[in-house]
Amino acid sequence: MMCDECRKQPATVMVTRIINGKKTESYLCQDCARQQNDLSIFSEGGLTLNNILAGLFEPKFAFPNAVSSTASIRCENCGLSFSDFRRLGQLGCSECYKQFETQLEPIIRRIHGASQHTGKRPTVSRVTALRGELEQSRRALREAIEKEEYERAAVLRDRIKALEEQLKQS
Amino acid sequence: MSLRDIIGKTLSEWMKGTGPESDIVLSSRIRLARNLALVPFPATAQDSQKRHVVDLIDSVVKQEPVSPVLQNVDFVRLAEISPLERQLLVEKHLISPQHAHEVRHKAVILRDDEAVSIMVNEEDHLRHQTLFPGLQLQEAWKLCSKIDDAFAERLELASSVRWGFLTACPTNVGTGMRASIMMHLPALSMKDQMKRVATALSKFGVTVRGIYGEGTDVLGNVYQISNQVTLGQSEEEIIEHLVQLTRQILEQERNTREQIRSRNRIQLEDRIFRSYGVLTNARTLSTHEAMQLLSDVRMGIDMGLVKGLEPRILQELMVMIRPAHLQKLMGSEVDAPQRDIWRATFIRERMKLVA
Repeated sequence: MMCDECRKQPATVMVTRIINGKKTESYLCQDCARQQNDLSIFSEGGLTLNNILAGLFEPKFAFPNAVSSTASIRCENCGLSFSDFRRLGQLGCSECYKQFETQLEPIIRRIHGASQHTGKRPTVSRVTALRGELEQSRRALREAIEKEEYERAAVLRDRIKALEEQLKQS
Repeated sequence: MSLRDIIGKTLSEWMKGTGPESDIVLSSRIRLARNLALVPFPATAQDSQKRHVVDLIDSVVKQEPVSPVLQNVDFVRLAEISPLERQLLVEKHLISPQHAHEVRHKAVILRDDEAVSIMVNEEDHLRHQTLFPGLQLQEAWKLCSKIDDAFAERLELASSVRWGFLTACPTNVGTGMRASIMMHLPALSMKDQMKRVATALSKFGVTVRGIYGEGTDVLGNVYQISNQVTLGQSEEEIIEHLVQLTRQILEQERNTREQIRSRNRIQLEDRIFRSYGVLTNARTLSTHEAMQLLSDVRMGIDMGLVKGLEPRILQELMVMIRPAHLQKLMGSEVDAPQRDIWRATFIRERMKLVA
């Protein structure tokens, strides 16, 4: 059975509503059920840190006036959507902090009572770090090719390309 | 090999019972969360990306010239050691319980004195940890920061001007630092003060937990306190704040001990020596019971009531009577009731070794 709401994902949740004595039932997928705020934030695995955190991103708690389209924003680097983030309570990659900055800002401020880092920063220049990692990765690539580990070589090649690009930019 | 040798071989740096305020503070720990820029965090990364991270970190650690802070380290892929060996690392606080589960493409870097351990592909790509005996949070931070620098020279770490170091979970963003102090607080526990202390500390952004971290029971009146906030304060500020609070707790614990001694001396001695009696005679002991009894005896040692035992017996035994350590010691894996028998036997033997 498909979800009554989006008709795209299989329905996994039955939602029973009783309003003024009138009972209605609907069958929803996980995502739609969440969007309708019908699932308790504690429904999976009790009150863990990630669940509380995920709860902070529930629209009704975090963005009472927000447009629901924020849920479908995706990180360009890793593909994590904002609703994935709400479910996991974790970000997908460093780039997510840029992509979701507007949505994250109030949450981070609530967690830490601050929104500006004042502590230690990387002590070496970005260029040095990039060069260091490039060197490591190139060596690893040669090794991977020698050992005919092509899947690994592909990952390394992507990484090297990304590092070279950033080095050019800085 | 004698029992003393076996114990000696098991001791990590933090278990040696040295360092300032070591009558109450068992250990000081700094943990830094770091990630590679742009590479997906472990929870969302594909297998090949996770493997890339493990291999890359391995090559950084081995690259000549090896950084002075990374000398005498071993790079251990968790899938290559047995579940029992992984559990040993958890029991010594060298890796987190989560890190020992689903171990594909996970690793740990261990320095031979076990004061340094680095988890690879836990919640973040890198989790540096330094663990010192006694109240030495500053020292632990200095070393951990140097380790961080050694990696930062060779990897592009994820950071931003605004948010600092970027972590998988936004609760760690900024410094990425969790500073923890492990304390033995029997008198405050006896007087039912710990709930009150925990509530007060939470108002200052500090959490109180059991010895194996998040969601674990308090065993043997040993508590961990650590900072909650990681953004908006510098590492030094966070450390200073935690040390100041620790000093207040130390004073309260010491005052409470003296109070109990002056008002209920006989009851106090009775409890300590009953516990001593059980530890030296019992034939079966659960971890929970043994830890409570050990806590009493340790307090007796600290207060000069029990003679002839080293104070560090608490740290030694709190690790060595855990299930994985006992099974390693005895050379086979057995069920809980058998472990309780072995635990009692081991403790009896240990109590015979005089200082």
